[in-house]
Amino acid sequence: MTLRLEQLARRVGKETHLYRMDLTLEPGLNVLLGPTLAGKTSLMRLMAGLDRPSEGRVLVDGTDVTSRSVRERSVAMVYQQFINYPSLTVYDNIASPLRLARLPRPEIDRKVREVAGLLHIEHLLGRLPAELSGGQQQRTAIGRALVKEADLLLLDEPLVNLDYKLREELRAELQAIFAQRRAVVVYATTEPLEALVLGGRTVVMGEGRILQTGPTLQVYHHPASTDVARIFSDPPMNMLEGTIADGRVSLGDGIAFPPCAHLAALPAGRYRFGVRANHLGIARRRPGDVEFPAEVALAEVSGSETFVHLLHDGVDLVVQEEGIHSLRLGATMSVFLAPGQLYAFDAAGALAAAPARREG
Amino acid sequence: MGKTENNKAWFLVLPVFVIVAFSAIIPLITVVNYAFQDILGPQDRYWVGTEWFKEVLTDDALQEALLRQLVFSTAVLLVEIPLGIVLALGMPARGAGASAALVLMALPLLIPWNVVGTIWQIFARGDIGLAGWFINGPLGLDYNYTADSFDAWITILVMDVWHWTPLVALLCYAGLRAIPDAYYQAASIDGASRWAVFRHIELPKMRGVLLIAVLLRFMDSFTIYTEPFVVTGGGPGNATTFLSIHLAKIAVGQFDLGPAAAISIVYFLIILTLSFVFYNVMIRVGTGSSKS
Repeated sequence: MTLRLEQLARRVGKETHLYRMDLTLEPGLNVLLGPTLAGKTSLMRLMAGLDRPSEGRVLVDGTDVTSRSVRERSVAMVYQQFINYPSLTVYDNIASPLRLARLPRPEIDRKVREVAGLLHIEHLLGRLPAELSGGQQQRTAIGRALVKEADLLLLDEPLVNLDYKLREELRAELQAIFAQRRAVVVYATTEPLEALVLGGRTVVMGEGRILQTGPTLQVYHHPASTDVARIFSDPPMNMLEGTIADGRVSLGDGIAFPPCAHLAALPAGRYRFGVRANHLGIARRRPGDVEFPAEVALAEVSGSETFVHLLHDGVDLVVQEEGIHSLRLGATMSVFLAPGQLYAFDAAGALAAAPARREG
Repeated sequence: MGKTENNKAWFLVLPVFVIVAFSAIIPLITVVNYAFQDILGPQDRYWVGTEWFKEVLTDDALQEALLRQLVFSTAVLLVEIPLGIVLALGMPARGAGASAALVLMALPLLIPWNVVGTIWQIFARGDIGLAGWFINGPLGLDYNYTADSFDAWITILVMDVWHWTPLVALLCYAGLRAIPDAYYQAASIDGASRWAVFRHIELPKMRGVLLIAVLLRFMDSFTIYTEPFVVTGGGPGNATTFLSIHLAKIAVGQFDLGPAAAISIVYFLIILTLSFVFYNVMIRVGTGSSKS
């Protein structure tokens, strides 16, 4: 099926939760990426039919379903919390949507066991949700959603309440499961990494608006605006004001270099330059790297990486560096910038030039 | 690492022991003391063994009071628990209506017990009470709680329902509000009926508060004294002489402290046993709801 949202908007009282938007979703994985309060959940509720839009229409394969209740639509949903019927066993939980659909008993049994196998919870079918770990509870909830074989499968930050090991494991499994389905899968997340791992298409949302839509990697490499660039980078993309004039790029406080290929074509003027944290370094990586001074504000060790927060020309920068580095706070140090990885945004914040990529 | 051993922990639990000893154990032992002896004066006491127990347990009056008590508590639970759940389900979840409903619900709980009794004693009177007049007049029923035992029973039961159902409702209301909205959404996406939502989401999620409600209402109704004492004084005849009224008659009325102590112990053991049974049954029924 194809899900089309036409001129959809939602207001609650005087607050606008979603501004007017158009969106077409095809079968396959669609990641809804945006920070909290971006409107992801509001949008999913409209897609599901749990809420009515204030304006606009929801179309399924061209048929207007805007006023059709959630019961009459083919929808399944997985939530951030682990939602299962507390007094039913895992088996009965997974079977519940099928029983409500009055499927014959042997077919229910076959489907429940198939889904349980897919999610590796066959051995837990007799247990009650309270006797399961968080990961197992969420697997049960996902099983309940999958077993319906609904045309629209909504997952609202399903992995956020799990620890990162389980999250990685389940994410990889989900990716494989989604690949075998013909449903329109909508997966909401706040994490850019999750969008990248899952692939598919990405819809970037911010403050109740759809900011950009496209294949995930395409959006990642060509963020249409500074907002998308910030949302689709973790840590958010570093931004420095600068100019291109007289065949030189100058940004920040006295950083200047001749423009490389993708920047050379830009007309002279003021730009905002963006660079992801992993393209800044505290050591020279390539001969063409540009060196500039910055003051260490904070060094954060995360796993095998260090995030160094620096201050340059009154702007906060984050450098992502392999390995563990202990740095003296307040010290001034050299930071290396790869000019080939710079994004340029115009005065209005729209993308002017993106780094060239081999895969395009 | 070697295990450190000292006895400091005992000092930390000592205050609790002392408090429990004075509030429960010592008074209980005093009662036990009276139950096995015939005490006429400080120096004048005789060991009677289980004689008081034999006497009170074979006493028809006690057996009748116990039966009455069991019927009353059962009726209270059967009416108040479902009614409390229904009220809680009907109360608005948010907004001004919620606050108004909460205040309204809490009102009967704020009234002292003997005042509740007095209110109903007057309210239900056929001559000057609004309810009594209404039932006898416009409804045309012959109702007089001071003369008819069934009427007396109904009066006491309705009074208890009026007084204590709000407690059950408030507990259930708290339990219901703790259910995340996502459960209801998930149920509506599944296409579950209102009954299924109640049976498979609300009821299991309320199990914890319902357990408390059942225990409180059972223990409280089983020891009911003040209200029937004020309204009917245990009558007409012995129709509303519940266990505690019977006990008070023997202990304070006839000053038979030995039998009264024996009854107290039997009474205490019955409540303890039944509460234990309720607790264990309810903990096991429909297990699997969240531990919160």
